[in-house]
Amino acid sequence: MSTPTTDLDVLTSQDYKYGFVTDIETETVPPGLNEDIVRWISAKKKEPEFMLDWRLKAYRHWLTMAEPKWPNVHYPPIDYQAASYFSAPKSKTDGPKSLDDVDPELLATYEKLGIPLSERAALAGVAVDAVFDSVSVATTFKGELEKLGIIFCSFSEAVLNHPELIEKYLGTVVPYTDNFFATLNSAVFSDGSFCYIPKGVRSPMELSTYFRINAANTGQFERTLIIADEGSHVSYLEGCTAPMRDENQLHAAVVELVALDNAQIKYSTVQNWYPGDKEGKGGIYNFVTKRGACRGVNSKISWTQVETGSAITWKYPSCILIGDNSVGEFYSVAVTNNRQQADTGTKMIHIGKNTRSTIISKGISAGRSSNTYRGLVKIQKGAQGARNFSQCDSMLMGDECGAHTFPYLEVKNPTAQVEHEATTSKIGEDQLFYCNQRGIPTEDAISMIVNGFCKEVFKELPMEFAVEAQKLLGVSLEGSVG
Amino acid sequence: MLEIKNLSAKVEDKQILKGINLSVKAGEIHAIMGPNGSGKSTLAQVIAGRDTFEVTGGSVTYLGKDLLELAPEERACEGIFLAFQYPVEIPGVSNLYFLRAAVNAARKYRGEEELDAMDFMTGAKGKMASLGMSDQMISRAVNVGFSGGEKKRNEIFQMAMLEPKLAILDETDSGLDIDALKTVADGVNALRSPDRAVIVVTHYQRLLDYIIPDFVHVLADGRVVKSGDKSLALELEDKGYSWIEQLAQPELAVRS
Repeated sequence: MSTPTTDLDVLTSQDYKYGFVTDIETETVPPGLNEDIVRWISAKKKEPEFMLDWRLKAYRHWLTMAEPKWPNVHYPPIDYQAASYFSAPKSKTDGPKSLDDVDPELLATYEKLGIPLSERAALAGVAVDAVFDSVSVATTFKGELEKLGIIFCSFSEAVLNHPELIEKYLGTVVPYTDNFFATLNSAVFSDGSFCYIPKGVRSPMELSTYFRINAANTGQFERTLIIADEGSHVSYLEGCTAPMRDENQLHAAVVELVALDNAQIKYSTVQNWYPGDKEGKGGIYNFVTKRGACRGVNSKISWTQVETGSAITWKYPSCILIGDNSVGEFYSVAVTNNRQQADTGTKMIHIGKNTRSTIISKGISAGRSSNTYRGLVKIQKGAQGARNFSQCDSMLMGDECGAHTFPYLEVKNPTAQVEHEATTSKIGEDQLFYCNQRGIPTEDAISMIVNGFCKEVFKELPMEFAVEAQKLLGVSLEGSVG
Repeated sequence: MLEIKNLSAKVEDKQILKGINLSVKAGEIHAIMGPNGSGKSTLAQVIAGRDTFEVTGGSVTYLGKDLLELAPEERACEGIFLAFQYPVEIPGVSNLYFLRAAVNAARKYRGEEELDAMDFMTGAKGKMASLGMSDQMISRAVNVGFSGGEKKRNEIFQMAMLEPKLAILDETDSGLDIDALKTVADGVNALRSPDRAVIVVTHYQRLLDYIIPDFVHVLADGRVVKSGDKSLALELEDKGYSWIEQLAQPELAVRS
């Protein structure tokens, strides 16, 4: 019989099953970052003048900034001159293309990832924009969505085809001066997804973007912009994977959401970037800025995230509640295993009257990982009757991991109601033995206990992805408790 | 059914069981009593397979199998049930879901078809009624927010659903009022049959007014120092445990 310590030992993790590399001819710029590279990217994408100006302003501002040191994560200095800022599969035809023109090798890649892009095989009810390294390679169900006036395309296409919308909204939620990584993204972002839901339209299907990093020694800088016009409704999902490599790769994305009067945006993320190996070698640095503005009255933005991948995750999907009666929600499950580090949470900024926000955060740490919740609830002076409820629960597996909670609270209106609850529990011997004694094998017991812990968040995910998320959680934690 | 021979076990460097001998036949009810720290709960948990304790010697045979070779979940599927002294909370997992997983794990082990939610519920209804389990209690998360009495009743309900061959009650009576005690006893008595056995671990005689044991064993310092019929429990109630503890001194020990 083993002793309790060996019983909670970290055994081998299941292999990362998305770790393969696609062998495809690419066009990659030489490593390094300067104004010429920024100009080159903009020219490559045939962008209008205002885009180049915006990029250059961002780049010049970035030069004055220092990398933030306040997150509770640790990594060696990043050499920004060593990475390449653009990599794209070489295509025979330039510009937007139909699915028939997409390199079969790429289609096979997405097939392998479980994201078939041919519309016949595609997931029913889900339109997908597939981003491969720096560019969008295909968008499904575009035609069907167009009939309703929904614009769903790559960011590059949107810049060319809908420059007025881009000029009006780009950088209005996350300005190019926002933070070190968002500013870097503003200068060099290469593609991403764009989505506009016209007035009164309810999107008939889930819109989703699947991000894939393939090339070595590149960073991925994509940008997503979603605008929900008055009374519209959209549910959006993003997923991401990357090959297994020994070097760390930087992923610095920006997501901006705008909800006008009575509009609702539900944004769900299942993040499964390569987390590095058991010893912490390799993996993605996931430094992301996600923010939504509830500009209109009665608007609602809801973030749901399941974060299982990346060597380091650093992100705070936030809501700025400007419109009266607007609602912000943040539901998060962050899992760290082995040497992974996560510093994640949200910001809820209450500006309008009777604005409401809910934060439910579940952190699960295993192995020698570190998992931090950091959240800000800010009630501005004019936010009469604002309410917030926050609940942050941490679960520890084993004795070598860490969980931290940093709630920040600023209340400037006396009518506000703010509640915060936090718990830390340990998936222990006790729970496992209890399940075992009832005949339930250890692996099933872990999955049951962890899924129970995350239940409040999973029920917010679109149905088909909730099932995926549960499986993913099982895989991420497999072998974390003996 | 259960044959324990010279069983010894330790936790870290502390020897807790120092040569337990116990023979339990089908149809019998055995009570194990003893002062705090005598090893009662350890014995219950070692039988159930808790690996906090290291078995350092002896053997346990259960229905002809070497029990110590089996993992805890295998022992459970072979029909051993432990009602916990401190039932564990599992947030977010409903009692019903948990219990169905448990019942189905045993069915799978026996090569039987697993029950779907409907079939399971049909089977559960009758037992819920007899143990006074409400629909609300069964749909709540396992033991979360349950009172002490509710937790113990929930243990007995699980036992009723799992229909074990050998049920071990680890101080199930502690912290119960008289009504809850009767409910627990009724649950155990309902399970009583010629092909099942029950081991009741208790500090007090009280429970044994309702669950009448065939044998009473007294543990002290990791050994069975005295065995007898139910009158032994009454004698203990009368005299306390101090005279028994003297028996535990190795030079004075009466070995049966």
